[in-house]
Amino acid sequence: MTRYSAFSVFREGLRGQTGWSKAWRTPTPRAAYDVVIIGGGGHGLATAYYLARTHGVTNVAVIEKGGLGGGNTGRNTTVIRSNYFYPESAALYDLSVKLYETLSRELNYNVMFSQRGMLATCHSEPEMEMAARQVNAMRLNGVDAELLTRDQVRKRAPLLNFGPDMRFPIHGGVSQPRAGTGRHDAVAWGYARAADARGVDIIQNCEVLDLLTEGGRCIGVRTSKGDIRAGVVGAAVAGHSSVIADMAGVDLPITSYALQAFVSEPLKPVLDTVVLCPPFGTYLSQSDKGGLVIGGGLDRVPSYGQRGNLPVQETVLAGLVEMMPALASVKLLRHWAGIVDVTPDSSPILGPSGLDGLYLNCGWGTGGFKAIPAGGYLFAHLLATGAHHEISRPFDRARFETGHLIDEGAASGIAH
Amino acid sequence: MQIFPCPFCGPRNETEFHFAGELGKARPTTTEAVSAKEWASYLYAQRNEKGAVHEVWMHLPCSELFVMERDSVTMDVLGARSLREGAE
Ligand SMILES: Cc1cc2nc3c(=O)[nH]c(=O)nc-3n(C[C@H](O)[C@H](O)[C@H](O)COP(=O)(O)OP(=O)(O)OC[C@H]3O[C@@H](n4cnc5c(N)ncnc54)[C@H](O)[C@@H]3O)c2cc1C
Ligand SMILES: [Zn+2]
Repeated sequence: MTRYSAFSVFREGLRGQTGWSKAWRTPTPRAAYDVVIIGGGGHGLATAYYLARTHGVTNVAVIEKGGLGGGNTGRNTTVIRSNYFYPESAALYDLSVKLYETLSRELNYNVMFSQRGMLATCHSEPEMEMAARQVNAMRLNGVDAELLTRDQVRKRAPLLNFGPDMRFPIHGGVSQPRAGTGRHDAVAWGYARAADARGVDIIQNCEVLDLLTEGGRCIGVRTSKGDIRAGVVGAAVAGHSSVIADMAGVDLPITSYALQAFVSEPLKPVLDTVVLCPPFGTYLSQSDKGGLVIGGGLDRVPSYGQRGNLPVQETVLAGLVEMMPALASVKLLRHWAGIVDVTPDSSPILGPSGLDGLYLNCGWGTGGFKAIPAGGYLFAHLLATGAHHEISRPFDRARFETGHLIDEGAASGIAH
Repeated sequence: MQIFPCPFCGPRNETEFHFAGELGKARPTTTEAVSAKEWASYLYAQRNEKGAVHEVWMHLPCSELFVMERDSVTMDVLGARSLREGAE
């Protein structure tokens, strides 16, 4: 593997780019591994990396039915933040933000984590009171947060609508300065390259068709490239979690929905932070290429159809035009959807599946890109030791039986 | 926009419809002891099938609940009937 550095870029420039090696190998699957991970999205690849780096477990395969990051990891709007309400969530998502802060150096791969801050606007005095509660909760949990006045919001994002005819006038906002955006593909590719360098086999275009079981225990996977045995199997397949659960004969509290996003033609810099307006459900940031990356709420129809549709497009763009009327004449370049795995409490599921030998990393729903480093770190701990890390324990599926839900959907009220 | 069929009003715009839940979930009888596992399954578990699904929907303008059969991958509507039809 060639190390990436300013020097290697310079040297290869002189050598006609002939000295680069492949970022990862294309191995044929072996008959057995210590750990098999289903799903080559960010969570699966990060899990493989931390298994090798933190636990010294390198006899690992990641099985991906398509290409790396072709699922939600390569389809999301890349907002990274930890502005949650409950201590359990703060511990999880802030671990992730901290890992992101040093990730480019650690992986020797530029994931372009840009801590440009995130701003959520408030549109009434009662909303301001709830915002103060949110900011206080975040600070108590050790996460950075600021309550902004209307003037401070205006200074931070002058493009927002402060006109007298705005339907829901802006009263102020909440900001998390350490939040920001990253480069989604780079997160998948960076983890893949670093895991491969430590001996992990990354097997693409290989679909898991069924689970192999023996005596009530999962002992491997049946794939389109043959059977592969495993000491332990971990599934990180996002919107397809219920399909794997069905193979395992366990049920899951998950509904799959399409979540859509949009990118505009490139513009000169107009916005240097992430902005969310909750009453419209629309949020956006501007990428380094100049495109506006725009997202909104979930579809209303459960779905495995990985494509956009008009009703949501209309809602999101109507919100955008109300938020920032100056953008009304901007043209869209692309519009797409990913299938996200939504739980009743908008919190993820990490832990044993209910079938011995099979573990789950799922339920991230609309917000698991930000959680990739922590999800991988904690899932690797589970697969290597068979036990929860203290940060992942509250997210065990057992919470649906004990009633200890971590209802972020209601508490922080932010879907993404 | 996709057109969904209401068994009472006919073909209408999808935005007039509300997804209520999967068909066939029965509340546990509370005259007997119900375990935490059974409650969790009733409250939270979803079949979430990829392919043909049977779901309960409401057509908001007429407020009627009905059963819609769809394909969750292609999003094709395969049929719609009132809740009474086919109920034992
Ligand atoms: C439009 C959109 C916007 C979003 N915006 C944000 C955001 O701003 N911030 C944020 O934090 N999160 C966001 N998310 C959510 C985030 O993208 C996901 O939670 C996260 O990427 C999940 O990562 P993953 O690795 O679990 O899943 P994925 O990246 O989906 O990877 C799962 C992989 O499993 C593979 N797979 C499935 N079944 C099988 C099988 N049987 N055999 C082999 N492989 C299989 C799939 O091909 C896929 O590559 C957004 C999502 C979408 C769709
Ligand atoms: Zn009707």
